[in-house]
Amino acid sequence: MELVQPGIGLILWMTIAFALLIWILAKFAWKPIMKGLKEREQTIDEALHAANKAREEMKELKFSNEQLLKEAKEERDNLMREARKIKESIIETARIKANEEAQRIIENARENIQFEKLAAIHDMKNQLALLSIEIAEKILKEELTIKDKQKELVERLIDDVKFN
Amino acid sequence: MIISFRRISCRPFIIIIGLFAFAFKLSIASENDTLTHHTETEFNPGSMIVEHVIDSHEWHIMTIGQKHVSVPLPVILYSSGKLDVFMSSEFHHGHQSYKGYKLESEGENKGKIIVEETGAIPLDLSITKNVASMLISMVLISVIFISIGRAYTLRKGQAPKGMQSLLEPLILFIRDDVVKASIGEKKFEKYLPYLLTLFFFIFFNNLLGLVPFFPGGANLTGNIAVTMVMALFTFVITSFSANKSYWIHIVNTPGVPWWLKIPVPLMPIVELMGVFTKPFVLMVRLFANITAGHIIVLGFMSLIFIFGNMNPGIGYGVSVVSIAFAVFMGLLELLVAFIQAYVFTLLSALYFGMATEEHH
Repeated sequence: MELVQPGIGLILWMTIAFALLIWILAKFAWKPIMKGLKEREQTIDEALHAANKAREEMKELKFSNEQLLKEAKEERDNLMREARKIKESIIETARIKANEEAQRIIENARENIQFEKLAAIHDMKNQLALLSIEIAEKILKEELTIKDKQKELVERLIDDVKFN
Repeated sequence: MIISFRRISCRPFIIIIGLFAFAFKLSIASENDTLTHHTETEFNPGSMIVEHVIDSHEWHIMTIGQKHVSVPLPVILYSSGKLDVFMSSEFHHGHQSYKGYKLESEGENKGKIIVEETGAIPLDLSITKNVASMLISMVLISVIFISIGRAYTLRKGQAPKGMQSLLEPLILFIRDDVVKASIGEKKFEKYLPYLLTLFFFIFFNNLLGLVPFFPGGANLTGNIAVTMVMALFTFVITSFSANKSYWIHIVNTPGVPWWLKIPVPLMPIVELMGVFTKPFVLMVRLFANITAGHIIVLGFMSLIFIFGNMNPGIGYGVSVVSIAFAVFMGLLELLVAFIQAYVFTLLSALYFGMATEEHH
């Protein structure tokens, strides 16, 4: 059966040509193909790596942003608290000052009043003296005769008029 | 993907067809003086099928009436210290002898060239139909893969395109799931060029063998000489890359009772036989699978003519069924074309893996 008898010519040509084909393809086809595939795989690998890294960084960035926000909030709260304190202290000092001023004004007023009072008393005393003199004049006019008794009476009256 | 395949691969096909169109012209011209002492024999399916499956000295394309249309191929003969080179058309399909040689048309040596006087068979190194088919396929494979290789350097860092994207999955499949998986991460790169070449050579030739007309149709991967050479390549590479533990495993198989090795070295004999049966099985498997596929398809075609000889009407009727079965077989053969290429490559890779395996 020729079907299962290998022909010597075909064996020879096949051996030569197949060896040549392996060499040609190894050199001009498989080498660049494998190199290209490997490089592409590496590029993909690196890209994935970089993406992962970027994601991680984003996470960190987000975290630090939140931290910053939190700090800012705290700062604001602190500022507000301080401002409130300052406001309160300002009001407090203002009130104290106002009180003092009021006290001072009242004191002044009281002094004035005292002064006015004394002046009034003095005035009154003078007028009283004048009145007393008038009264004395009238009494004198009526009872000038009884001189001693009248004088005694006048003095007593004056003493009585004394206010303080 | 199919569209881009067609676009890219058209060029080499056109070149090859153009080259052979020239040969065609020569052949048809030489037919005009064909002698017409044909005796119209009855249709013989057996010899028709065998003629289609075996090698031949001319590439027969068709027969119109009494006229054979075929591509003549160079005949290279060496006998008694004399080298003769001439075209196979000189034989006029076996009707004439040339330079003392004759194309035997019947008997034991049918289809072979013999020395007319003595009947001896000279050393035949002719470019036969299978050699021509092999060279065509090799040119095709080289053109395709070198252009793909160029695509990787020219379009660096870009997505694969056209032919490159069509064949890249196959290349990756062979690299990752066949070679790397069988040989291991460390050593697979050394064997990759051979195994990739092997896979694509078998695959392309299986497919070309399914094309029923020129330049396909040669039963190259179904030829035992071709599968033998490929199996020998695998055998030689396995033997030369085998490490110490591989040979120790053969001579002194571990995990086997001592009385199987001494005094009768039964296990070493079995293991040594295994070394040779592995490539032998590779050779026979591919040969048998591809040849069987061709024979079945040709058998279905023969049915049409067998019935047609009885009655043309029945022949036409049977042709519908035959074609349907042949189409089915053709589809099956497409699958077989891939599977056999895959199996040959996978087993070769496994043998390399076994030969280089490190035992701890």
